[in-house]
Amino acid sequence: MHIVVCVKQVPDWDIPPSSFKVDEAAKQVVPPPGVAPVPSQFDSIGVEAAMRIKDQSPDTKVTIMSMGPEGARDVIKHSLAMGADEGVLLTDPLFQNLDWYQIALALSTAVKKLDDVELVVCGRQAVDWDMGVTGSGIAEMLNWSALTIGKDVQVNNGTVVLERVLMDGFETVEAPLPAVATISNELGEPRYPKLQQIMQAAKKQVAIWSAADLGLDASQLGPDARKLTLERLYIPVSGTECEIIEGDTPEEKAQNLARKLSEAKLI
Amino acid sequence: MANAILVVGEVADGALIPTTAEMLGAARRLAGDSGGTVGCALMGSGIEGNAQEAIAFGADEVLVVDDAALAEYNSDVYIQAMVKVVEQASPPIILFGQTNLGRDLAPRLAFRLNTGVVMDSIELAMEGGRLAATRPCYGGNARAVNAVKTDPQIATVRAKSQDPLERDDSRQGQVTKVDPSIDASATKIKVTERKGMTAEGVRLEDADTVVSGGRGMGGPENFDVIEELAGALGAAVGASRAVCDLDWRPVSDQVGLTGKVVSPTLYIAVAISGASQHMAGCSGSKNIVAINKDPDANIFKASRFGIVEDYAKVMKPLIEAIKKEKGS
Repeated sequence: MHIVVCVKQVPDWDIPPSSFKVDEAAKQVVPPPGVAPVPSQFDSIGVEAAMRIKDQSPDTKVTIMSMGPEGARDVIKHSLAMGADEGVLLTDPLFQNLDWYQIALALSTAVKKLDDVELVVCGRQAVDWDMGVTGSGIAEMLNWSALTIGKDVQVNNGTVVLERVLMDGFETVEAPLPAVATISNELGEPRYPKLQQIMQAAKKQVAIWSAADLGLDASQLGPDARKLTLERLYIPVSGTECEIIEGDTPEEKAQNLARKLSEAKLI
Repeated sequence: MANAILVVGEVADGALIPTTAEMLGAARRLAGDSGGTVGCALMGSGIEGNAQEAIAFGADEVLVVDDAALAEYNSDVYIQAMVKVVEQASPPIILFGQTNLGRDLAPRLAFRLNTGVVMDSIELAMEGGRLAATRPCYGGNARAVNAVKTDPQIATVRAKSQDPLERDDSRQGQVTKVDPSIDASATKIKVTERKGMTAEGVRLEDADTVVSGGRGMGGPENFDVIEELAGALGAAVGASRAVCDLDWRPVSDQVGLTGKVVSPTLYIAVAISGASQHMAGCSGSKNIVAINKDPDANIFKASRFGIVEDYAKVMKPLIEAIKKEKGS
């Protein structure tokens, strides 16, 4: 079986909120200098999900697909070091500033070009925009089933079985392949590549495809073809000033807090 | 209904869920700005009786899709019903709750209808005749305002971000039945098992007070004091994602971007640093109280009151003091 995992390169999310900056005029996030981009967290968990299927069925082929600048090759290499087989990087000036409709169009077209794919795995959402629609979009464009927000995914005899995380529980859903599965953090931590795997990953093949290779052009990928516009991007201001409760001992602080809460009619 | 804002309603335990009433309130306000009407789609089995409830909360017309096949949520079935509703009503705007249903169905519907969707909106406004939806992004660090250029404009709306109208059972409205004519051959997904996780005591998302513990608690056994404080306050217990990923607490306790979004009157965060993805779940709280030994912890920036102290030293006396204050 051939699985494609979509992995997005994003600004490092694990930075203190104080170093998070936005250029409001450009409507863009400005990453702190010297902090390298990373694979989106849920996408690495998606790679882990695919590798667990490959652990069970070693004849599974796992292809990592990313869209972004030339530098997004690094996130593909990281996923290859986790044990994936091949990579595809979609890179083209036309792929910049796409909306989710256009992203799903490009990714689903690339999946079709690979021809023999039966399962596409995505993170439940990317940690930059937190939108959570790309997996469903790929499924709709391919007319495949979409099984979303999984904590476990298995493939048995041509059927994909996904345990979905609900607000107050879980449900198990299944569908015949081909299908798209999106993966949540409850699946568990992604495996850490061993040094030998990192060296092997350097030799694995990463195909580079342009918009033209996918038969797409500006009429589909240009700004006029967007369904969604970004009107504004800003950092919310918190109007809260924290009152630190003082006291000579922890007991005194606790008593002072209880009194404050009582005075404010919060307890 | 071609000028209506359509709210996709949900019914649980025989009543509209609060998010549906909140969205009807928001739709009423938006319709006032744009001169349109408010519609509500109800899909399910035996839900016709809830139509009047939707009208009481602000709907002018309710589209009822009542079919045994819709008894339980299955996206392959529900999307067929939703497409029928859209064909019949041609609404320019469709609002879903950011619920189990909305986060699964809204994107599929948007792509099915060749349009765009804005997920997890917290503010809705009309700008130049189009819906402008504000949503947290970058783990809650930023806000984006998005608009959909194509119709229908679809958005999902976060729980408790909108104010419902006062229920008015004297309001009049129209109820229209829609036949979903479900095509079983287009239903490829099967739901084979559903496991509810019923939390003991107060439901986290409904609680007026929440006491949450973070990774700084050090281990699952230390949550005794969290539960004790919650008990004294009649509060629900929450936890950070790290705590749930470590299996110290059930996933259903998780507050944050990928867990529950809570907006209680009082949110007490114990040994929680306040990572952006956690704040995304609790920043709507009216009052946050933080107990953390790190004076630079991000949680203090969003808090009204804070104690800089090792939680282990402060919790027992705090429980005693709170019991005393409540008793007096």
